[in-house]
Amino acid sequence: MNSLLRMENITKIYPGVVANDGVNLEVTEGEVHALLGENGAGKTTLMNILYGMTMPDEGRILWQGESVRIAGPKHATDLGIGMVHQHFMLVPRFTAVQNIILGTSPQKGPWLDLKNVTKQIQKLADQYDLEIDFDTEIQDLPLGMRQRVEILKALFRGAHLLVMDEPTAVLTPAEVETLFQILRNLTRQGHATIFISHKLEEVLTVSDRVTVLRDGHNVATQITREATKPGLAQLMVGRPVVLEVQKSPVRPTGKTVIDIDDIWLEREHGRDQLHGVSLRVEAGEILGLAGINGNGQRALLEVLCGLTRPARGRVTVLDTDVTGRTPREVAALNVGRIPEDRTTMGLLPPLTIWENLALEAYYREPMSRWGVLRPKVIAEFARKLVQEYDVRTPNVEVKVSSLSGGNQQKLILARELHHEPQALIVANATRGLDVGAIEYTYQRILERRDRGAGVLLISSDLEEILCLSDRIAVIHAGQIMGEILAEEADRSMVGMMMTGTRLEAIEGPALPS
Amino acid sequence: MLSTFADIFLTVEFFSASVRFAMPLAVASSGEIISERGGIVNIGLEGMMLAGALGGMMGSFYTNSPWVGMLCGILAGGLVAAIHAFMVVTLAADQVVSGAALNIGVLGMTTFVFRAVYGITERPIVAHFEAWPVPVLSRIPFIGPILFSQIPLVYVTYVVVALVSVVLFRTMWGLGIQSVGEHPRAADSVGLHVDRLRYMAVILCGFLAGLAGTFFSLGQLYTFIEGMTGGRGFIVLAVVIVANWSPTRAALVALLFGAAEAVGLRLQALDIGIPYHFALAFPYVLTLIVYAGLAGRTRMPHALGLPYVKD
Ligand SMILES: Nc1ncnc2c1ncn2[C@@H]1O[C@H](COP(=O)(O)OP(=O)(O)O)[C@@H](O)[C@H]1O
Ligand SMILES: [Mg+2]
Repeated sequence: MNSLLRMENITKIYPGVVANDGVNLEVTEGEVHALLGENGAGKTTLMNILYGMTMPDEGRILWQGESVRIAGPKHATDLGIGMVHQHFMLVPRFTAVQNIILGTSPQKGPWLDLKNVTKQIQKLADQYDLEIDFDTEIQDLPLGMRQRVEILKALFRGAHLLVMDEPTAVLTPAEVETLFQILRNLTRQGHATIFISHKLEEVLTVSDRVTVLRDGHNVATQITREATKPGLAQLMVGRPVVLEVQKSPVRPTGKTVIDIDDIWLEREHGRDQLHGVSLRVEAGEILGLAGINGNGQRALLEVLCGLTRPARGRVTVLDTDVTGRTPREVAALNVGRIPEDRTTMGLLPPLTIWENLALEAYYREPMSRWGVLRPKVIAEFARKLVQEYDVRTPNVEVKVSSLSGGNQQKLILARELHHEPQALIVANATRGLDVGAIEYTYQRILERRDRGAGVLLISSDLEEILCLSDRIAVIHAGQIMGEILAEEADRSMVGMMMTGTRLEAIEGPALPS
Repeated sequence: MLSTFADIFLTVEFFSASVRFAMPLAVASSGEIISERGGIVNIGLEGMMLAGALGGMMGSFYTNSPWVGMLCGILAGGLVAAIHAFMVVTLAADQVVSGAALNIGVLGMTTFVFRAVYGITERPIVAHFEAWPVPVLSRIPFIGPILFSQIPLVYVTYVVVALVSVVLFRTMWGLGIQSVGEHPRAADSVGLHVDRLRYMAVILCGFLAGLAGTFFSLGQLYTFIEGMTGGRGFIVLAVVIVANWSPTRAALVALLFGAAEAVGLRLQALDIGIPYHFALAFPYVLTLIVYAGLAGRTRMPHALGLPYVKD
């Protein structure tokens, strides 16, 4: 196979961090090359260098055998390198077509004839079998389709090598399947792909070769067929990894800590609604609420946290009716809440660690007295938690935005768990975390349950649901499709409920009549 | 009473006056829309209009040609806008602060320049625009005298509004401007020059604000008076919001505000017991009401007011 790209001895130093330390990467024509590594391993940095977004401090890049100095994204694009960023670079209020042609000259002259351009782009989409709705604004498209827009955008610019940075992080299982299909299709048409991920199954499924990065070094390149899951995991983390969680059997207590009773919430558009949802979480158990994102989970979360008042129904948490209470009143109960989006819901990234740790109690004794903050008390409290929860930071004055995802997560866990809550609400808490941090989060959640807390675990990650739950409920289009004990659940059954089949409909025909 | 009402408000003169008052608002709105679509709030519109008014008057004074005056007014507005662009794009200063500072600065500056050059004893009357009925079109009944028997600046405005609309929505450049106002990072990632586009948007806005300013010095009073734009720059900011950042709609909304001004003046003339200050306050009160009524229901550009800093 011909070498398409060689990155040799790439070194990139940020203040305080060596993001890439003499990294080598070789991609051959027509292959899917996986770049595997935990968060912070330097994958994105390496790709930013390839795409000309940052300059390496050392090293060189050979493109089709010739040494190149990539000056900027435009230059990379001209060479035939396309990039699908981890956070999509799409204008939310533009249509797919507007996004795809932005910055190019699709026609002669300054004019923009959208009809004509759309035809041209539709043809390209058909060639690669990319299903895209061209007339709708990006903000109204599902994430999977937005990603296809990004792919088409790169192809429209003549990408020969396509870089995809953690493309599956935002996708549902079905969308991941579609993406893999697209990747195979691209390969068939002669394109090479760099597929970045920290998920082993995906890498094993889709790639031809895999390069593993750890702490800015590349530790190995293997042919995927010859690699094994434990082997790769060990290369990636640097020590043997136990992917199974140790879980003690559930001890039912019969005491209800969260009681959601017939909640209705209707909104003008979208599927994030609730149509008569009822759930009960007992002390000492984990109730997993599975479902594809956007089927009412966010609405439920908002109701639970006092952000939205439901049209009908009642929520009782720890024997207190919280329906229509303010978030502060809910927070003052002995409840822990681990939200789905760390940087927009869980933390205030521009503020410091101590400020974030004080968010829920700063207005009360002992953190303030007579309405005046007591920085010494708060700092002491913050230092204690940072140590206890092993947050890696030089001090508590550091801004949260400069912490890694895993450390941000630890900060939330510290704030939400230190007061030993009796009820715990967790929503997609491990999204975007690496194996180590996921393990840590799981342990902390299980620990709370074993100490008698009732946990509501909302997650779109089926693995997570199956791994942690004692009971499983599935939500679809704002309705509960059914509830089962975890030991009776199997993957396909939960999967069917996630796409809208009721439990009765699955069990019904199967029963001998 | 009722007949007086009809006599005063449902006349060609009334509508024609409405158009005359509306057009400076319309042309400045077009400018502000370009700027805001590109992500830059231009509170300094008032100052740019005022600079345009003085520039127009002086240009006409020295050349005896209102057309040259108009060009000078346009350039004066652009010059002030360039300062704003430098402050908010290059230095990433707060856009509202920069705009407000420019308003105050230009008010003082124009007053100073005018007095330094022409003294305080008398105001020079300069060559100005006269009403020029468009052949044929002006003879259409009702419409003709209202729309096509105006000063040439009004016709320039018609063309400008149409042009801005086409450029924004039917050219690649317009798409680029919109992208830097919505998601500059995405624009940057496809190789567009965010700063350059924003400079262009702000300076274009300044040109059009300057043009709007010349309406006052070359179309209404034929001289310059301190602060003669009288807060209309702020009304334009409201017009843009009410029009949801569409140039053609802004022209229509401007007509509404133009009519309000015409009503105000007529109420004053009628002398029906309402103090005329109320009448003069009419457009401003309308601005407030409209602002309040539409709060939160508009499609403001996502990155409006946010500086773009590369990392
Ligand atoms: N712009 C930057 N400034 C400072 N440090 C950075 C910057 N970008 C990345 N880093 C640091 O470099 C390391 C590698 O980050 P990254 O390449 O994003 O890892 P990955 O994509 O594998 O998760 C991390 O420690 C990160 O904090
Ligand atoms: Mg990354």
